[in-house]
Amino acid sequence: CETCKQQLGTRTVTMIPGDGIGPEISAAVMKIFDAAKAPIQWEEKNVTAIKGPGGNWIIPPEAKDSMDKNKIGLKGPLSTPIAAGHPSMNLLLRKTFDLYANVRPCVSLEGYKTPYTDVDLVTIRENTEGEYSGIEHVIVDGVVQSIKLITEEASKRVAEFAFEYARNNQRSTVTAVHKANIMRMSDGLFLRKCREVAETFKDIKFTEMYLDTVCLNMVQDPTQFDVLVMPNLYGDILSDLCAGLIGGLGVTPSGNIGTNGVAIFESVHGTAPDIAGKDLANPTALLLSAVMMLRHMGFSQYAMNIETACFDTIRDRKVLTKDLGGNSKCSEFTQEICERVKDM
Amino acid sequence: MAAARCVLAAFTKGCCTPRSYVTARTLVTSSSVLYPVKNSPPQCAKPDGVFHVTMIPGDGVGPELMRAVKEVFKAADVPVEFDEFHLSEVQNLISEEKLEEVLSSMKSTRVAIKGKIHTPMAFKGDLASYEMTLRRKLDLFANVVHISSLPGYKTRHNNLDLVIIREQTEGEYSSLEHESVSGVIECMKIITREKSRRIAKFAFDFATKKGRSKVTAVHKANIMKLGDGLFLQSCKEVAELYPMIKFETMIIDNCCMQLVQNPYQFDVLVMPNLYGNIIDNLAAGLVGGAGVVPGESYSSDYAVFETGARHPFAQAMGRNIANPTAMLLTSANMLRHLNLEYHSNMISEAVKRVIKLGKVSPP
Repeated sequence: CETCKQQLGTRTVTMIPGDGIGPEISAAVMKIFDAAKAPIQWEEKNVTAIKGPGGNWIIPPEAKDSMDKNKIGLKGPLSTPIAAGHPSMNLLLRKTFDLYANVRPCVSLEGYKTPYTDVDLVTIRENTEGEYSGIEHVIVDGVVQSIKLITEEASKRVAEFAFEYARNNQRSTVTAVHKANIMRMSDGLFLRKCREVAETFKDIKFTEMYLDTVCLNMVQDPTQFDVLVMPNLYGDILSDLCAGLIGGLGVTPSGNIGTNGVAIFESVHGTAPDIAGKDLANPTALLLSAVMMLRHMGFSQYAMNIETACFDTIRDRKVLTKDLGGNSKCSEFTQEICERVKDM
Repeated sequence: MAAARCVLAAFTKGCCTPRSYVTARTLVTSSSVLYPVKNSPPQCAKPDGVFHVTMIPGDGVGPELMRAVKEVFKAADVPVEFDEFHLSEVQNLISEEKLEEVLSSMKSTRVAIKGKIHTPMAFKGDLASYEMTLRRKLDLFANVVHISSLPGYKTRHNNLDLVIIREQTEGEYSSLEHESVSGVIECMKIITREKSRRIAKFAFDFATKKGRSKVTAVHKANIMKLGDGLFLQSCKEVAELYPMIKFETMIIDNCCMQLVQNPYQFDVLVMPNLYGNIIDNLAAGLVGGAGVVPGESYSSDYAVFETGARHPFAQAMGRNIANPTAMLLTSANMLRHLNLEYHSNMISEAVKRVIKLGKVSPP
């Protein structure tokens, strides 16, 4: 809407196209944004890791500066070549910008049938510690110890984010997922922090549920869940489980929230090297992530328009990419969405 | 409860006629457990021709479910007597002495049927839950849950037939936690080559014995490179000894996604402790929930029969609404283990018939 534009002005966003099908789906998203006249300017950057002055791997300085300046980024799929020597790119980005919360809204797509209908939930996962601390030792030969780290600070931070997200997006319930009956101290701490934060958000309902109960109920009736907040490993598993309910990683958006107002939105599927460059890719995941980004920045009307155009195209089932059951090209699918969004 | 009564009715109607069945077989030779039992004096059936089985009703709906099992056994004239022990962490019915009593009972019976002993979140002293302690003392390292769709009970995925084998004594449930600095808690996950090899061998032996074609190891070795890496390595080494069984690996988050999109690609799954907990429950949900899936735990000496997805379901206590299907199917499995094939088939057929007819089904 014009008032949004006037109030917020045009924002510049760092775009990281990624590898494989990354460039084509990024181009598709930029085209759709153009058609929707969204007030976004793109700054394309490459984040392939380079060796920094201290000898450790870092992302290129111009990419980092761009993100620090713009605060918001959109990222396509990144691949980490096996013999590259550097750690996973995603891990590097996470550490560089302290991306502490991963948000994945999972909404059933009309027109893309799965056995689960009416799914509408959000998984919020703590992204910096927990089981993925990377601290492992071989105690004696044949005995390995992996350490799961839970801190008060990180638990509080992600809980606060979850409740604020619920408030800003009109969600009614936040459920903490844990295994505090088994990991009594660590998950106990996480749960305690969630309970404390819940006290300050009286308008949002707070419940807690064991991880196994959540899994059991999720596959029987996913409509009972709203916003879920949990530590790292459970979040990884549950967010992929929920993605499976709505149709897989090709249609699931994702956002990573960091400190200092940084947020990177991304598609979580792979680079699909077998179809790269053939105009067969499905840009839905990256597009829905970009829509999440618009909402995060306050451009809700533009977000609504683009999202509706996308959902309508999928519901109509006339122009769909191969993975959604159709046989149209990526460019045709993109064109269809552009036409719809222009009409709004 | 109505469902149990229906099963009893299925017996007495004459569709299956029980006859007294006295067995002189020893428990040792009749065991269908894959591991050879250690050298111990063969256990003869008692002179009155009855098997003794340790029973631990547990918390929540456990006692009601056990009542259902006893009623059905009575109607089917099953030659089993239960030695009951009431253990409960929430009701403060635990102590070293009680644990010793259960263990000595297990030493003579070798077979148990058990409900879930609920673990309260508050802990006093010992971080390990009572269930974990019991499992460790009996060394019940393998938990087997057979996920199979019940005919007549429609879910989103029908005709499922998978087996989930879970290592039950180490991994994330090692109960080793401490507060290193104020506000920072460390929790250790222990993986050992010995136990990983043991569970992998169990899984492949199981697959071979039951005529299964594929074993999938579930892990997160891309992140926990040393821990799950060791588990994966052990599975690979054991897989080489079984060239007739196909071996695959899959990362846990992808596995969960595949289970809800295409569960038919799986056959036997083997995994460490926590992932087993997640997948057990997920798969149980696929076929109808915690009320319909039986499970068992094995050590080289003992077999403990319980439900597949272990929840005390305290909110259903006393309301006569809990589903006894899982516990009845579990008891049928137990009878098969005791080589009481006739009675085992009788009970499982009766349960399946009741569900197929759709006459009585709990919520």
